[in-house]
Amino acid sequence: MDSSTTPPIGAITTENAQLDVTLEQLKKLVSPRAFTGETMLLNMGPQHPSTHGVLRLLLELDGETVISCVPDIGFLHTGIEKTHEGKTYLKGVPLTDRTDYLAPMINNLAYCGAIEKLMGIEVPLRAQYIRVILAELTRMNSHLVWLGTHALDIGAMSMFLYCMREREDLLDVFELVSGARMMSSYFRPGGLWRDVPPAFFDLVKKVLDVFPARIIEYERLLKENPLWKERTIGVGVISKADALAFGMSGPSLRGSGVNYDVRKAFPYSSYDHFDFNVPLGSNGDVYDRYRCRLDEFPQSLRIIKQALDRLPEGPVMTDDRKIAPPPKHEIGTSMEALIHHFKLWTEGFSGPNADVYFAVESGKGEYGVYVHGDGGPKPRRLHFRAPSLCNLQALPRMAKGALIADLVGIVGSIDIVLGEVDR
Amino acid sequence: MSILLETILKAVMFVVLALAGFAYTTWIERRLISRMQSRIGPNRVGPQGLLQPVAEGLKLIFKESITPAQADKFVYMLAPMLAVIPALALFAVIPISNHSFFNLAGGVDTAVLYVLAILGTAVYGIALAGWSSNNKYATLGGLRAAAQVISYELAMSLALVAVVLMAGSASMNVIIEKQLPGNILGWFIFRQPIAAALFAITALAELARSPFDLVEAEQELTAGYMTEYGGMKFALFFMSEYVKMIALSGLFTVFFLGGWSGPFVGDSWPLGLVYFSIKVLLCLMVMVWVRATLPRFRYDKLMAFGWKRLLPIALANVVITAALIAFGVPGYK
Repeated sequence: MDSSTTPPIGAITTENAQLDVTLEQLKKLVSPRAFTGETMLLNMGPQHPSTHGVLRLLLELDGETVISCVPDIGFLHTGIEKTHEGKTYLKGVPLTDRTDYLAPMINNLAYCGAIEKLMGIEVPLRAQYIRVILAELTRMNSHLVWLGTHALDIGAMSMFLYCMREREDLLDVFELVSGARMMSSYFRPGGLWRDVPPAFFDLVKKVLDVFPARIIEYERLLKENPLWKERTIGVGVISKADALAFGMSGPSLRGSGVNYDVRKAFPYSSYDHFDFNVPLGSNGDVYDRYRCRLDEFPQSLRIIKQALDRLPEGPVMTDDRKIAPPPKHEIGTSMEALIHHFKLWTEGFSGPNADVYFAVESGKGEYGVYVHGDGGPKPRRLHFRAPSLCNLQALPRMAKGALIADLVGIVGSIDIVLGEVDR
Repeated sequence: MSILLETILKAVMFVVLALAGFAYTTWIERRLISRMQSRIGPNRVGPQGLLQPVAEGLKLIFKESITPAQADKFVYMLAPMLAVIPALALFAVIPISNHSFFNLAGGVDTAVLYVLAILGTAVYGIALAGWSSNNKYATLGGLRAAAQVISYELAMSLALVAVVLMAGSASMNVIIEKQLPGNILGWFIFRQPIAAALFAITALAELARSPFDLVEAEQELTAGYMTEYGGMKFALFFMSEYVKMIALSGLFTVFFLGGWSGPFVGDSWPLGLVYFSIKVLLCLMVMVWVRATLPRFRYDKLMAFGWKRLLPIALANVVITAALIAFGVPGYK
């Protein structure tokens, strides 16, 4: 073989090119200096302690300064959206737990909300309130894992274990209501799987009692710590306009001072019944994002307290028998109930030929579910608007000119979960 | 001939003590930091987990020794030794009791200089390990180590200049004697608080312990300079870190906490050993405490901290100490 015409191994040629980008385009992701050896290309991840899962970052470094940062995602792609197309609307719930696995209940809420909107179902008030309580507990759960890992990234290792200690209390609540600590799948289109057990209220009250003191503990460790402030203030700054342009949402957006919270802007599940504030930052740096999330803890507790106090009695599932499975005792006595049970468990309920979008505020930002129904019992197409993915887009902008140590802090501060980024 | 034999015996004793201390320092650190973090820590192997270090040592010995294909093999092998030997050599000048058997070379007039010289060479092991592994993370770790040591060595030396000025000698024996007069206030930590603080900070930096652990910051550089090391070679780096921890705690004790001194120590020498151990243990516990509490410095801030804050303070401290001694202020004469 003539070696002069053979392309080097691994080169993208016109024959084997599968990508719709050219090598030249890819080369533009890093500066020309990377090809002269002047700067160093460092492959950070997908197996790296602080990329929060399997994020791969291609870094171009000048010494320790980041010249360019190219996120490469897809290592945790599990095809959840595609899998939904083969599942009935009811059977899709457990899949949503696995997108943002730190906030399963909020994902359940978004998915069930979308299905309810598609089907035009009214959810009983009690179910709505319990959903709010559990969603806020989930938000705290998500923020606790974020705080622990973020502090660990910046070197404050004890914080991680304190957060895990408190998370236990929350997971106990989830286990009590759903039987599972992480993949709870507790919400159903139309309401809840079942009413909460009586012990639920004691456990939630315990959380309400214990947490304020714990939050003070977190604040004492970090809030005014000069080392912490030195590492976070003025690092990873993103302006209001940029944050909006990148489609950021949640605390990462509010850290830049944009007052957008789905719970306030488009209230769902009776969020408008409760008083709470949305903490805002101003500088858009790592410290402000940290403050926004930490200040959400007391607000979540406030919402939970109000919902517990005003929790109405009543059913927790819609009485529409076309959607909600009939109770066991009816099946033995009513022919209709038996037929409904059979239909629901064999083919599921059919939705209209319509498109809906339903968004909730998850711990990370606007978590939206887009359902394209085709008239049958399964969605034709289902898409998640994942806040982690949108927030991650802004990383290269924030990381430009930062040091490696800062980059780790910035990745932590946008609070990504790779299960949600890749889905 | 008997002097040679005695010296060899003493040296062996010090090495054995240092290695036993290394094993149990890891145990103390893990148990203590677990308490601080509301965990339990290793408690399965032996009573209270006391045999844990033995188990881990055995495990590491039996690990396959892998050398990366592209590594510089000779330097790669050499680096762990270069890291551990200076750490052990530090013990030569630390008198751990007033009995002469527990004092190898503490009476040498250049003991303080010896300490600084040995500490300066300790970084070669780390820098060479980072360079020879042919791994970008390891290289960054090695570079950080070199930069860190340069930034902190001067401040540490100047902190010790104040101690030497106070004692009028660079011999460890004299430094301890000068702290003896009667009460606890004779300790240099009370007469030289700034020097003590500077030495404590720079010692942490020298050790690459939290909050200065950016040489091996696992969240940034995976494991830094030791990323490519495994088995016994990895254990040697750990050994060097922990032996250095004990050695620098010992030095802090000698320089600022009156060494082996304590009540009734003149009557029986084992008491000196006990006092010294207690003081070293306290220093070690403070290091663990710091590690459980503080976030990590950033590379550039660390350099700025060393050059722009610690160095001027250390210089001013030397000048002030010299002035106080020259004017014969009580307590400084």
